[in-house]
Amino acid sequence: MFRNQYDTDVTTWSPAGRLFQVEYAMEAVKQGSAAVGLRSKTHAVLGAVNKAASDLASHQRKLFRADQHVGVAIAGLTADGRVLSRFLRNECINHSFVYESPLPVSRLVVQLADKAQVCTQRSWKRPFGVGLLVAGLDETGAHLYYNCPSGNYFEYQAFAIGSRSQAAKTFLERRFQEYDTYSREDLIKDALFAIKETLQGEKLTAQLCTVAIVGEGEAFHIIDQQTIQEYIDAMELSTGGPDEEAAAAAPPSAETQEGGEGASSEPAPMDI
Amino acid sequence: MALRGDWMYENNGGTCVAIAGIDYCVVAADTRLSVGYNILTRDHSKICSLADKVVLASSGFQGDIRALHKNLAARHLLYQHQHNKQMSCPAMGQLLSNTLYYKRFFPYYAFNVLGGLDNEGKGCVFTYDAVGSYERVGYSTQGSGSSLIMPVLDNQLKSPSPLLLPARDAVTPLSETEAVDLVKDVFASATERDIYTGDKLEIVVINASGIKREYLELRKD
Repeated sequence: MFRNQYDTDVTTWSPAGRLFQVEYAMEAVKQGSAAVGLRSKTHAVLGAVNKAASDLASHQRKLFRADQHVGVAIAGLTADGRVLSRFLRNECINHSFVYESPLPVSRLVVQLADKAQVCTQRSWKRPFGVGLLVAGLDETGAHLYYNCPSGNYFEYQAFAIGSRSQAAKTFLERRFQEYDTYSREDLIKDALFAIKETLQGEKLTAQLCTVAIVGEGEAFHIIDQQTIQEYIDAMELSTGGPDEEAAAAAPPSAETQEGGEGASSEPAPMDI
Repeated sequence: MALRGDWMYENNGGTCVAIAGIDYCVVAADTRLSVGYNILTRDHSKICSLADKVVLASSGFQGDIRALHKNLAARHLLYQHQHNKQMSCPAMGQLLSNTLYYKRFFPYYAFNVLGGLDNEGKGCVFTYDAVGSYERVGYSTQGSGSSLIMPVLDNQLKSPSPLLLPARDAVTPLSETEAVDLVKDVFASATERDIYTGDKLEIVVINASGIKREYLELRKD
């Protein structure tokens, strides 16, 4: 169609001032399975949906620890995400080695964003096809950032990326204003609620999701399945008010673009 | 005491000992830091806890020792990221050897003794020279007081049976408390005659329940 003329190269601008390759890379993020993040003043939680390509396969890792105080959740091309996680780990270790203190999260995301930007300005490279939710704790408190393939990054109180993330975002939009004072347990529960939103009807179990937390006095770690199942069981016992509204209000998010498979229960091929 | 303007090392003295038991490992070092005939501090630890089951004690030049410990700690973090588990003592043993040989032509002036539990939970001690030559042994000592201590450990811990030839360093049948008492005794003796050893003794015991630390006052002269 129209845009195909200017989308071959990442170093070609369109007349409207857009870099289509970068935008296509952001589409890849929307194809990946969902990841959510939320934070309070003292804790940050990341959650991801574990979708396996088939019943025979195991699911892809979406949550990575970068250091004691920082971790990431990825959505999109998981291979790109793995490589970037390795980069993040290296940066954290290098900083700790030289300065004997943890790398502030804001600096880590800038380094990550600069690395992503390089790939948007070289003709022999392509942008990373992965979005990262970076959650960490430093001297200024808990933080949650979203890093785009474009090289942009934003700080959030709560966010969701990947397929059907709009449902989770709608849920988070209603609740985020109280998150600053939320306890760690309530943060985890809301993260699970948000993940449940993206499943759209499918029953939430501990096998289907992974949740990690970092906070004051608590190094970044993935919470074990049993504890998650206990949280889920506790949630199901209480009235599911928010979910019912969200399920009715949020239509399936627009991922049926040119590249999209259209299938809502199978992961996009690039996520494998 | 550097006669050349470009001498890049300094010996800060001190002694380290490690003894491997059936299900524990004792690693000990004194806490005196000296240069020449002076004492810089009486309270400096030469022991570094690298992993759950791995402890490194080094004597020699503190600048190099500090850098070496940092290097290994960073490598251990990378290992944990990649393999999702802590390094075992034999793995760390190999890593230390490679790290030391990497600087074969400008060595770390560090004399190391690595102690911990191996993959089967048995006590494990590795002893090194400055450029990475290493060997798994039942006990070892390095540093300024090593020549005073080693013969005593040989006497107490070397395999007693004359039927076992050559006499092998086996993991000692001594209990944990007996081994700790032996360590205290040898350090008290070394302190008497070695000017670089003394002040305080730091004893670290690694066993299945984790890492435990203990201190003992030594002669301060």
